Amino acid sequence: METQSTYNYKVVRQFAIMTVVWGIVGMLVGVIIAAQLVWPDLNIGPWLHFGRLRPLHTNAVIFAFGGCGLFATSYYVVQRTCNVRLISDKLAAFTFWGWQTVIVLAAITLPLGITQGKEYAELEWPIDLLITVVWVAYAIVFFGTIGIRKVKHIYVANWFYGAFILAVALLHVVNSMAIPVSLTKSYSVYAGAVDAMVQWWYGHNAVGFFLTAAFLGMMYYFVPKQAGRPVYSYRLSVVHFWALIFTYMWAGPHHLHYTALPDWTQSIGMVFSLILLAPSWGGMINGVMTLSGAWHKLRTDPILKFLVVSLSFYGMSTFEGPMMSIKTVNALSHYTDWTVGHVHSGALGWVGFITIGSMYYLIPRLFGREQMHSIKLIEAHFWMATVGVVLYIAALWISGVMQGLMWRALNPDGTLTYAFAEVVKVTYPYHFVRLLGGALYLGGMFLMAYNVYRTAVAGKPFDAKIPAATASAH
Amino acid sequence: MSNFWSTYITVIVVAGIIWVTFVLFTQSRQKVNKAGEAEDTTGHRWDDDLEEYNNPLPRWWMWMFYLTIAFGIGYLTLYPGLGNWKGLRGWTSVGQYKEEVAQAQAKYEPLYAKYRSMDVKAVAADPQAQEMGKRLFQTYCVQCHGSDARGAKGFPNLTDNDWLWGGSTEAIHTTIAGGRHGQMPPWGAAFGEEKVKDTANYVLSLSGKKHDTARAARGKETFATVCVACHGTDGKGNQAMGAPNLTDSTWLYGGTEKTIIQTITNGRQNQMPAWKDFLGDDKVHVLTAYVWGLSNNTKAQ
Repeated sequence: METQSTYNYKVVRQFAIMTVVWGIVGMLVGVIIAAQLVWPDLNIGPWLHFGRLRPLHTNAVIFAFGGCGLFATSYYVVQRTCNVRLISDKLAAFTFWGWQTVIVLAAITLPLGITQGKEYAELEWPIDLLITVVWVAYAIVFFGTIGIRKVKHIYVANWFYGAFILAVALLHVVNSMAIPVSLTKSYSVYAGAVDAMVQWWYGHNAVGFFLTAAFLGMMYYFVPKQAGRPVYSYRLSVVHFWALIFTYMWAGPHHLHYTALPDWTQSIGMVFSLILLAPSWGGMINGVMTLSGAWHKLRTDPILKFLVVSLSFYGMSTFEGPMMSIKTVNALSHYTDWTVGHVHSGALGWVGFITIGSMYYLIPRLFGREQMHSIKLIEAHFWMATVGVVLYIAALWISGVMQGLMWRALNPDGTLTYAFAEVVKVTYPYHFVRLLGGALYLGGMFLMAYNVYRTAVAGKPFDAKIPAATASAH
Repeated sequence: MSNFWSTYITVIVVAGIIWVTFVLFTQSRQKVNKAGEAEDTTGHRWDDDLEEYNNPLPRWWMWMFYLTIAFGIGYLTLYPGLGNWKGLRGWTSVGQYKEEVAQAQAKYEPLYAKYRSMDVKAVAADPQAQEMGKRLFQTYCVQCHGSDARGAKGFPNLTDNDWLWGGSTEAIHTTIAGGRHGQMPPWGAAFGEEKVKDTANYVLSLSGKKHDTARAARGKETFATVCVACHGTDGKGNQAMGAPNLTDSTWLYGGTEKTIIQTITNGRQNQMPAWKDFLGDDKVHVLTAYVWGLSNNTKAQ
């Protein structure tokens, strides 16, 4: 019974490697579309047009890079904190191959223009069905493993992973409801303002549960592990977990301020977005304060740097988000580059950094190595990524605020001061800087890929033994 | 909204706020030891060395949380949010919009009103009115007609003094105020491929372009029985119905054989939106003068 006495690292390894691969693919497409905004001539043919590559970029980074990172870490964390092997190796393997199939199908259909036209939910109904099946399998593996745990208490990271799995199932099923007319075309069952509301209920919770709650789960395992310190406050975990998962569900309407959405819906969206500030910061505080007593490690440990800087970006973008949901601020920021910058401070700064840091912790352990092939390369990656994010978001802050101000500027006769094309023109230099920032971030990912490759070939696939339950694991 | 849904929304929003406050209140009241004491873990342990302290909630964080909750309660009292509750301020987004429009009208109306009684040509000669007309054009017209007003495929050039619907000041005003719907019916099914090609060659011959003479001769018959209705016997079109002149070198969709075949086969639908209700008479008047000036006013160029 050799397999019964080890953790299932195989599926974790597969997902971890694909996290790096899809990270490069998704970010490369991001760099390409950023370049298309600077040089429109790069829009070649319908298949490589911005309008088709942009959803490919978002799907690839969120669901392929982010998704694989979450599968990898959640499978790793749930096994190690429950002191038990995954409940089903076959089902876990199915989630891996199923998820990769979804990603490949997305990469084929989106450039072909096969889409439901819903942001972050573009994939057509047959792929949606496959996602649903994979997700149910994921839930069975995850909660099944929790069910057979050998440790009485459920670790906080698993609360967040669990909430993420349940919420995403609900969001995906409700938002993707559609009537198929052919294999590649369907129509949403919702119409008009209801469709918009359902879409942004989904869209914002994709941010809330996929990109926030789940990655907080990652944070709650890898930060204390890498810092070698206990989590700062159990009590804070309790408050911010329950407040966060409740409040996020309501924030969606802030994407539809000053639209046909009823006023009451917009108000509730704004109010709960503001109440969301403290629960979001609860996670940041718990992560950062976990480091108290271990700050000196930051000087020598680039993995810890990734984790801490990710928390800083998390704190920053979860402050910016509630501010942008205030109607008067939103009237300036909506539809501008500011929104794009905000999303990327969360996506590159928070999601990207926490995933990269966690992978640097995880990958050597999956290949029976003490640490990554080169710590210096991790350090270099850290600085490239940091400079990249800062360039990216600073450029889009400037161009976003400028767009907002120029769009609303009026002549003395009440006409618009600037024609749309004039505003496009002044954003060029900032879009170039954004491209530069994105390219730097992507460059860092190539260093990571090389480092991972060297680490993997230097070691060999390794499955850790499950330790006997100790007295303290009650 | 029905009473059921109004109650439903109110209940879950209020219950939600109470729930969040309850969690915060109970967790911040529990007595704990001082922050950061090493012994102060919860006693749980996972994966060899994962432990948790049980430090109290940071006070500033707790108060910030309460503050946002208080703000939320205040906001939902003053503004609509709880179902049918209108809010103490009686604010609506429609009301805000109407108020802003009224303010803008009061502020800007006098500027445009002074041109109201002036003749279009006189307005076109007024430099200030030309500036205002240009800005209106840059806001509302450039999307189709281009920032240089020279149009694009399917969108007419407004600077060449060649008009689909007429270039008099009255005609331009009618076009802008009421919009236009240009229609070329599709003939592909009725004619068949050969006949379409013949007709296209005749159309090419009208403007002296290179064409197949045998086909053009056959096409002439079709033209004389069908196309004349709108384009006239001489092919010079009819501005009353927006039928283009086919004998000149101006082509809305293109004058190659291929494009003309497309036009005849599938027809064309062309829409100029009506601006009267959106912009009001005074702005349409200024805009008419500007557009007229683009072809007639050398100063305006």
